[in-house]
Amino acid sequence: MSLAPETFDELREIAARYPQARSGLLPMLHLVQSVEGRVTPEGIQACADVLGLTPAEVSGVATFYTMYKRHPVGTHHVGVCTNTLCAVMGGDEIFACLREKLEVGNDETTADGSITLEHIECNAACDYAPVVMVNWEFFDNQTPESASQLVDDLREGREVVASRGARITSWREAERVLAGFEDGLVDEGPAAGSASRVGLELARERGWAAPGDAHGSSDLPEELPEAVEVADTRRAESETIAEEASDD
Amino acid sequence: MTDTLTPVLTANWGDERAWTLPAYAATGGYDALDVALGMAPEDVQTMVKDSGLRGRGGAGFPTGVKWGFLPPPDPENPKPRYLVVNADESEPGTCKDIPLMMASPHTLVEGVIISSYAIRAERAFIYVRGEVLHVVRRLRAAVREAYEAGHLGTNIHGSGYDLELVVHAGAGAYICGEETALLDSLEGRRGQPRLRPPFPAVAGLYASPTVINNAESIASVPAIVKNGADWFAGMGTEKSAGVGIFSLSGHVKRPGQYEAPLGITLRTLIDLAGGIREGHELKFWTPGGSSTPLFTQEHLDVTLDFEGVAAAGSMLGTRALQIFDDSVCVVRAVLRWTEFYKHESCGKCTPCREGTWWLVQVLERLEKGQGSPEDLDLLLDQCDNILGRSFCALGDGATSPITSSIQYFRDEYLAHLEQGGCPFDAKKSTAWAEAVQ
Ligand SMILES: Cc1cc2nc3c(=O)[nH]c(=O)nc-3n(C[C@H](O)[C@H](O)[C@H](O)COP(=O)(O)O)c2cc1C
Ligand code: SF4
Ligand code: FES
Repeated sequence: MSLAPETFDELREIAARYPQARSGLLPMLHLVQSVEGRVTPEGIQACADVLGLTPAEVSGVATFYTMYKRHPVGTHHVGVCTNTLCAVMGGDEIFACLREKLEVGNDETTADGSITLEHIECNAACDYAPVVMVNWEFFDNQTPESASQLVDDLREGREVVASRGARITSWREAERVLAGFEDGLVDEGPAAGSASRVGLELARERGWAAPGDAHGSSDLPEELPEAVEVADTRRAESETIAEEASDD
Repeated sequence: MTDTLTPVLTANWGDERAWTLPAYAATGGYDALDVALGMAPEDVQTMVKDSGLRGRGGAGFPTGVKWGFLPPPDPENPKPRYLVVNADESEPGTCKDIPLMMASPHTLVEGVIISSYAIRAERAFIYVRGEVLHVVRRLRAAVREAYEAGHLGTNIHGSGYDLELVVHAGAGAYICGEETALLDSLEGRRGQPRLRPPFPAVAGLYASPTVINNAESIASVPAIVKNGADWFAGMGTEKSAGVGIFSLSGHVKRPGQYEAPLGITLRTLIDLAGGIREGHELKFWTPGGSSTPLFTQEHLDVTLDFEGVAAAGSMLGTRALQIFDDSVCVVRAVLRWTEFYKHESCGKCTPCREGTWWLVQVLERLEKGQGSPEDLDLLLDQCDNILGRSFCALGDGATSPITSSIQYFRDEYLAHLEQGGCPFDAKKSTAWAEAVQ
């Protein structure tokens, strides 16, 4: 089955964001996944048609990236970080626990089609290790028990909210966001988790700050207008230095 | 004397709805843009150069100097210039750009606008790894808000300057963080590194002059413009100026992001983080991600700036401080990283493609206690054949954990052979393991 005309329109819309249409290929493949549940031959053909490429060229790109799937993905994608730091902190145990519980191997989908389990690489959240991702949303500081509860909740269709992110929709809806279409969930979740703020809070507690920052206590002007003045003089000084440098 | 911690980029991360334009504007956000637009682009460049800002993506190349490599516009053959932000953050241990873009995407967007103005680019891209959905949401919303407020688009703030900015999500490939692979990926191809020269400054995106900078590098620009080059240069050490985000993970009591002047030590940072996990001692750590040679207890007082770490035999990299205590088997850790490099090798060059495969074979054998002591020499020999012979720095990086771990922990490898297996209990390393007394 060929893709719907609306999908073709959206594929063209993605390509049009770039000075050269081919740059749209990665987000276009994300859109294909959101519509088709995986990268299908029809999806590849559609990208090829829109971009004037051969299906082989598109396919060659799709197979290079781990987020593109050839097999149907479940309603939810559950990724367990097993790169070294998370693995050591318990990611290996979490992954083993979920594999057993869901009775699937790596990159496989449960019989009921609800969950695809995959071990993933470092997801830039090591300070929250061990980390589990659901549809690429962060679930921080997991244990085998919490991860087990998490997949139960997902399978039962209960509301699940990311540690630092939005309430969980589905893998396909996530793929649509990655293709560049907003889903209105941007304002859910916090600005930062506690580990992200730990240095900031310690600095506030101890009155530490960068020079000129009104939050600090030491060697700083008391009032804001003065701070601005200081900043202005500094700017002037640096401009003078810049001028001197370019005079040489 | 600068304070021990100096929140600049992280300063607003605790603010209510920090990711929105009103919250960012309330902290003076986009004021720096006006300052910059009131200057000549060259002067903004000079300011960044004078600040001493060095690339925060790992290599530490001076940012202003890099911008200066763009060839002067050629009236005969005018080519557009591009700014590409590297927000692929995938180096194991590195976890600073992602929280930055989640909490305060406007800091990066403002940095992009000022930096693009400084290099006279009319288009910019933020290449963010795909596996961070909420960060992609926040970036896109920030860009939309910036357009609506007239910070992006045509005639920005009435200056006559135009800029288009696109947020582009990747699709899962560590190698796309390598700047030339990133460009190929952004052109809709497989992400494989390009031969240099030509350098991206001359022929980058669409063969046009291109600057590629790390997200933290670009996010540092507004504060520099606002507070002056001297302000930034006055922090940090002589050759490694300014502040940077240090990311502590693993076996410390309070892992997380600590923004400090470059030159802080791990001893101080661990102290701030409440110490090593109860009942344990520091065993090994990475100063700048898994591609930087491991350090041990003896390196606690190394100054964490580019020079200090290099002099001690490693690299500052991305300040990704992964802390492992004495419960952790170094062979297990190194094997897992090596499996990562094997998986992520793009396959373009033989030393890395074949070499990382062989490294995993030998390490697996050793970890199971099945190899022989000669396997250690074999490993070092294989590393020798990869290091400096690979097409890009991924191959080089793959050898770092291996050679450094053999240097510091040869006996531990041998203990695996003597015992016929791993002498460690992995359960004792987990976040939920009982403290040992
Ligand atoms: C395998 C590999 C992965 C890399 N990943 C990243 C990355 O995720 N983010 C980044 O900023 N730089 C990464 N780099 C470094 C970039 O190639 C480049 O040096 C950097 O983006 C330049 O920005 P800077 O000068 O602002 O640091 C990587 C390099 C290699 C070899
Ligand atoms: S070193 Fe590895 S990642 Fe880099 S080009 Fe060669 S095969 Fe690709
Ligand atoms: S190692 Fe798991 S998030 Fe970095």
